[in-house]
Amino acid sequence: MRLKCPVCGERDRREFYYVGDAVALARPDPDAGEAAWDDYVHNRDNPAGVTRDLWQHEAGCAAWIVVTRNTVSHEILETALAADVKRAMS
Amino acid sequence: MRYSGFKVIKEALSGHKGWKPAWREPDPKPHYDIVIIGGGGHGLATAHYLAKVYKQKNIAVIEKGWIGGGNVGRNTTIIRSNYLLDGNEPFYEFSLKLWEGLEQDLNYNAMVSQRGIMNLIHSDAQRDAFVRRGNAMILNGADAEYLNEAQIRKEYPFLKFDDQRFPIKGGLAQRRGGTVRHDAVAWGYARSADSHGVDIIQNCEVTGFKIENGVCKGIETSRGFIGADKVGCAVAGNSGRLMGMAGMRLPIESHVLQAFVSEGLKPVLPGVITFGAGHFYVSQSDKGGLVFGGDLDGYNSYAQRGNLPVVEDVCEGGMAIMPMIGRARLLRMWGGIMDMSMDGSPYIDKTHIEGLYFNGGWCYGGFKATPASGYTFAHLLANDTPHETATAYRLDRYKTGHMIDEKGQGNQPNLH
Repeated sequence: MRLKCPVCGERDRREFYYVGDAVALARPDPDAGEAAWDDYVHNRDNPAGVTRDLWQHEAGCAAWIVVTRNTVSHEILETALAADVKRAMS
Repeated sequence: MRYSGFKVIKEALSGHKGWKPAWREPDPKPHYDIVIIGGGGHGLATAHYLAKVYKQKNIAVIEKGWIGGGNVGRNTTIIRSNYLLDGNEPFYEFSLKLWEGLEQDLNYNAMVSQRGIMNLIHSDAQRDAFVRRGNAMILNGADAEYLNEAQIRKEYPFLKFDDQRFPIKGGLAQRRGGTVRHDAVAWGYARSADSHGVDIIQNCEVTGFKIENGVCKGIETSRGFIGADKVGCAVAGNSGRLMGMAGMRLPIESHVLQAFVSEGLKPVLPGVITFGAGHFYVSQSDKGGLVFGGDLDGYNSYAQRGNLPVVEDVCEGGMAIMPMIGRARLLRMWGGIMDMSMDGSPYIDKTHIEGLYFNGGWCYGGFKATPASGYTFAHLLANDTPHETATAYRLDRYKTGHMIDEKGQGNQPNLH
């Protein structure tokens, strides 16, 4: 598996640290309530198909990257800087 | 038909013409009292204990492919009960006790081999942690034994004792641990469940649940609607996919775990060795292959195959602790999909939907748990109360602050 870092280009999977579901981009308000926070911290969509997760180019430029990926075929569909994705959301 | 030595001899003398299929292939009935989704080890064990121990009638097991074709056919066959925490250890010890009587219970040779498991120790801190774990095991009725370096040298002289980074300083042994012929577990449970009247329906994929006013009335399948008073789901690896059809989001991520087997060798490895510090464990199958594995690939996946970095990492671990493994050639490698939960422990619980029960989140500890998982899930399905050894496996335990995190990693499923 090779990932395309938006800064450094296509690199080996070994250079990246996997953090998890990109749910972290949609952090609830501090006073959103117990149910919203429990859901955010613990529950996952876990799709068989296209998913979005967060990786860090740990052994490269250290950028946080949102990777759109297929969990069945391991195909990488799209990568973008997490900062850009977050900015586009707000 | 009961299997026995006499029967084997009789069949040998009459050309093996009297053997019958070990289970029927019935068509699904329109309605069952209890439907189990998932014809793997856990689902078939659940059906067996429901019928035999809890005396339930009118049960079906629904399997999308063939029985035993999922993780019970793809694991590294190790059984043990060397856990630390109160929520886990009684459950896994119950499981190990069931393994010890399994073959008599099923009248099926599952090749349960209590050859022992050894966790290696490399530092003082690790020794403290393992001694504590051993004491927790003993307190819960399991066996545990601390071995010093000299004792391990005697049993496993070929290990690399003087490694610069991880010198072997001792080990925690559980002599009652070992290995089991994994496919035979699925077949044995299937045969027993079938003989107690359970319908095992293969090639029947669940496509949805019929849920009315918060009550589960049955399942939609590729072979039509099947009504049920109670539906139990035991499809670890695909739990997210299945429970998504019931509108549930779970505290689970699916991850791929790879395993490896070498070419057949003469007996070299008496028991199971785990090298936790280097993420490597190994045993030798009865056919002679070294069966070994290591860490998850680390990213969410439903593909039953992994990537090369983990192959490299596992083989490095093997070379570090058992250099002679470098002379063996790799015969096969494969990947299985794990339900990785948020605290590394499983779920056996009712859901918020009446009549729908869930068993999953087994991480990479599902095989050893098979008998107790089936037994306690059957208890829950039959009585609507958890079995005494499985009270902690609640789906809402994060909300209430009762997570069972053996490794203390927090909500990072790929690190458990």
